[in-house]
Amino acid sequence: MIVGSIAKVSGPVVSAEGMSGAKMYDIARVGELGLIGEVVRLDGDVAIVQVYEDTSGLRVGEKVECTEEPLLLELGPGLLSSIYDGIQRRLTDIAEDYGDFVVRGVTTVALPRDRKWAFQPMVEAGDEVQEGDVVGEVQETTHITHRIMVPPGLSGRVAEVKEGEFTVDETVVVLEGGAEIKLHQTWPARVPRPVKKKENPTVPFITGTRILDTFFPIAQGGYSIIPGGFGTGKTVTETTLAKWADADIVIYIGCGERGNEITEVLAEFPSLIDPKTGVPLMQRTILVANTSNMPVAAREASIYTGITLAEYYRDMGYNVALMADSTSRWGEALREVSGRLEEMPGEEGYPAYLATRLADFYERCGRAVCLGSDERMGSITAIGAVSPPGGDFSEPMTQNSLRITGAFWALDTSLAYRRHFPAISWIKSYTLYLDQIQDWYTKNVAEDWRTLRDKAMSLLQKEVELQEIVQLVGPDALPDFAKAVLETTRMLREDFLQQFAFSDTDAFCSLRKAYLMLKVILAYYDCLEEVLVQGVPLRQATEHPIKNEIARMKEIPSEEAEEKISDLLDRVQRELRALGEW
Amino acid sequence: MSNGSAFLATTEYRTVGEVAGPLLFVSKVKGAAYNEMVEIHSADGTVKYGQVIELAGELAVVQVFGPTAGLDVDKTNVRFRGEVAKMPCSVNLLGRILNGMGQPIDGGPEVFPEEEREITGSPINPWSREEPRDFIQTGISAIDGLNTLVRGQKLPIFSGAGLPGNELAAAIVRNAKILGGEEFAIIFAAMGITRREASFFQDSFAKSGALERVVFFLNLADDPTVERLLTPRCALTVAEFLAFEHDMQVLVILTDMTNYCEALREISTAREEVPGRRGYPGYMYTDLASIYERAGRIKGKPGSVTQVPILAMPDDDITHPIPDLTGYITEGQIVLSRQLHRRGIFPPIDVLPCLSRLMNLGIGEGRTRGDHRGVADQLYAYYAEGVDLRRLVAIVGEEALTDQDRMALKFADAFEQNYLDQKDENRELEQTLELGWKLISMMPRESIKRIKTEYIDKYYNPEAAEEFAATEG
Repeated sequence: MIVGSIAKVSGPVVSAEGMSGAKMYDIARVGELGLIGEVVRLDGDVAIVQVYEDTSGLRVGEKVECTEEPLLLELGPGLLSSIYDGIQRRLTDIAEDYGDFVVRGVTTVALPRDRKWAFQPMVEAGDEVQEGDVVGEVQETTHITHRIMVPPGLSGRVAEVKEGEFTVDETVVVLEGGAEIKLHQTWPARVPRPVKKKENPTVPFITGTRILDTFFPIAQGGYSIIPGGFGTGKTVTETTLAKWADADIVIYIGCGERGNEITEVLAEFPSLIDPKTGVPLMQRTILVANTSNMPVAAREASIYTGITLAEYYRDMGYNVALMADSTSRWGEALREVSGRLEEMPGEEGYPAYLATRLADFYERCGRAVCLGSDERMGSITAIGAVSPPGGDFSEPMTQNSLRITGAFWALDTSLAYRRHFPAISWIKSYTLYLDQIQDWYTKNVAEDWRTLRDKAMSLLQKEVELQEIVQLVGPDALPDFAKAVLETTRMLREDFLQQFAFSDTDAFCSLRKAYLMLKVILAYYDCLEEVLVQGVPLRQATEHPIKNEIARMKEIPSEEAEEKISDLLDRVQRELRALGEW
Repeated sequence: MSNGSAFLATTEYRTVGEVAGPLLFVSKVKGAAYNEMVEIHSADGTVKYGQVIELAGELAVVQVFGPTAGLDVDKTNVRFRGEVAKMPCSVNLLGRILNGMGQPIDGGPEVFPEEEREITGSPINPWSREEPRDFIQTGISAIDGLNTLVRGQKLPIFSGAGLPGNELAAAIVRNAKILGGEEFAIIFAAMGITRREASFFQDSFAKSGALERVVFFLNLADDPTVERLLTPRCALTVAEFLAFEHDMQVLVILTDMTNYCEALREISTAREEVPGRRGYPGYMYTDLASIYERAGRIKGKPGSVTQVPILAMPDDDITHPIPDLTGYITEGQIVLSRQLHRRGIFPPIDVLPCLSRLMNLGIGEGRTRGDHRGVADQLYAYYAEGVDLRRLVAIVGEEALTDQDRMALKFADAFEQNYLDQKDENRELEQTLELGWKLISMMPRESIKRIKTEYIDKYYNPEAAEEFAATEG
């Protein structure tokens, strides 16, 4: 242990003298209280430490201890359903031991030490194992089997295997040569966990949100950003995705956001039932909560804590979804610490290495062949919320994120103002994954999925052009064919794109239901065009009451959708065409 | 907690090396603590207060709460108090008037603290938070009906120069009640507002008989700017104490946060920090969060802290860093509109950019009424459409519109005149919802898409809407 003393204090940044031997990113305990910090710069025997806790009361001369280890995370059974702060301290334990407020200088174990897990070995003495190989399993929650893996960098012949109930600290497998494999392993948060190779994503990441699944889907292992001004629904979108997204494990990082929002998640998730497994959603979720009033340096670390947890479950072969709300707060933490270090500022005061750090983070996601001889596949899909100041997307966080991510779900303030939710702009958003996952859709949803999607998109695009004309001449001056387009796009917007995240039937929409709904609306449009050609006035066609049934399609539960919406499709075509026959 | 026992004794220094703006550089200091409070005795005998904001070896940088006029390098005596800023808390503070640093200025008896608390507070453990879900009736339709306030929420009012943000806050304080009827204790923190504004609040509280439930913290426009940085923290420390030690329902009014942010910028500039947007420091988000996040409820405790901060949007610009960062932290916002104000509508709430993020938790069956959410969304949708069309009408004239468009226009007018404009009326929630249905009933039934059919069957009544058709302006 290297022990130095405080020379300088400025906000979360503390300089310590007499620290020769300390390495970059080593963890240090600062002052009499033992505040936790990380070495971020070395200058001779002076180490500059960013402290993860409030530094009030620190004095020059107090001791600083360097642990000579980086920020290590504990990875093992017991992670799921936990709530951690940005440096993997269990908030539940802090609340039990220290009361309702987070006090300083507290440490907790990340994994409960008293709990015993039934370990089911999958190797025998004499087996040859390599890094990443599964040596046994633990049933972590009802549906998640926790695979105990040979830590990266270790391989050899198994000398001894144990079976029975163990705590995370106990050794379950011993290799020849004495290397021990415990129920848990540790890993430095800032270092990506290795994989065999990264693969191209080809399977969609199903979200249950129509506008995303239909118009801007991403692939499992893809990454997307949701930028939007305040009040446009970033957090609601993130939590909706965390609830319904098609993933085995969900890591939710509340990075510099509101305490009450974390509370909402905590209150809601244990009672919400995962439609696929029938168990509470909390059982597949890990929360990393570093709210905006918690120390800024720990906020910076929370992103790395989250992604490392995600990588660990990916290594087991799971599909993991990572929700980061909000990456802008992480960027700001970076900026704040950089400012205190008196680094030369880049654009808008952000450090020049912002883009590199962002890229490093997002590149840790993806679909990969995991370590281990069984060639299992795992993926991390990341959805990062971005909070641009003033809702202006030209700022550095949004722009740098855009250069890296494969999909852009732009939230639009004007949509939010009129309570069109999700307020995702169909004009500004895009996805680059469409071609990679199109085959999957064709096979699993419908042959004409892509055709319908493109047609609906072009109608919505046309609406924008028509609206410009309307602004000049008024809607009455438009020809009936143009009015039919507006009629249809209004239907698309209100009856398809709008989706109520808090409704029982509408919160999750199956792909098939979304496809059928779209088909009905486009059929409606086709029929309008047909009867217009036959000379039926548009007004007569649009007054047909079947329109109201289309508006209520959302309320049809997904399981009845096939039958009921197909029936509606028939009737739309029959009854509207009947108008033309008169 | 933060005092190393070896340094408890107060230490005095006469080693001021430099005075720059509100900052004092004291050299040869031993054992000073970061954020420690200091007393500054100038040569003419006046006492000022300050706080250590940076330590480097034996140099301590002290931020002075007050003007540095009269301070000199030779004779100024700096005493380090050995502790960080603390606020004496007591239930007896209710009914008292304090200055911006929490010292009584009303000439009343001394307050004997039950407890002294550090004003920076500690973050509430997210795990320990209780979900805020109790509806607060404010008597104002645009809030109760469309942007419901709940206990433990922080909901700011975005006002502007000359807009009645203070009047609205006073009305909220006057009317606020929880279903169940318990009264609020009110913590009122003034930062850089004028004496006129301060007396307006005092009079308003006196009129409604609330004075003995209010703690005033007054940092007026002519009081030291830097002191403003302490005011909200002192106020919230008392609020937390009353809520979580004395189980009270506490409503905190912070006005005007814009002045607070200006003070923050002033200090940051004096420290020669790298400026962020518009010269505000890059850590303003974190700093504001350390204030706003001190609202909420705690599991197993009946008390709550609800915040209504008021801020003046410079030049009515909602993208200005102050409202912008505030909006990112608070759970929604109430935005005032100059245009509505000019037309004599009170409160002039521009509902379109307004939001209450916790609304869904506080409303619905068993809390307010099952149709509450749907009615709010439907009113929003119609009003937004009407407002959009106004722009169009200005260009193409009303004749070019479709029938439904004309109805939406009429709706927007009726909505503003009957729903938003309520002067001093204190409306019960039932009245607000009834009014909402009357307005919705102006529109054709098949255009209602946000409300469940069962509620439409129950409440939709076109006959009731006829009076609005007549009052059209």
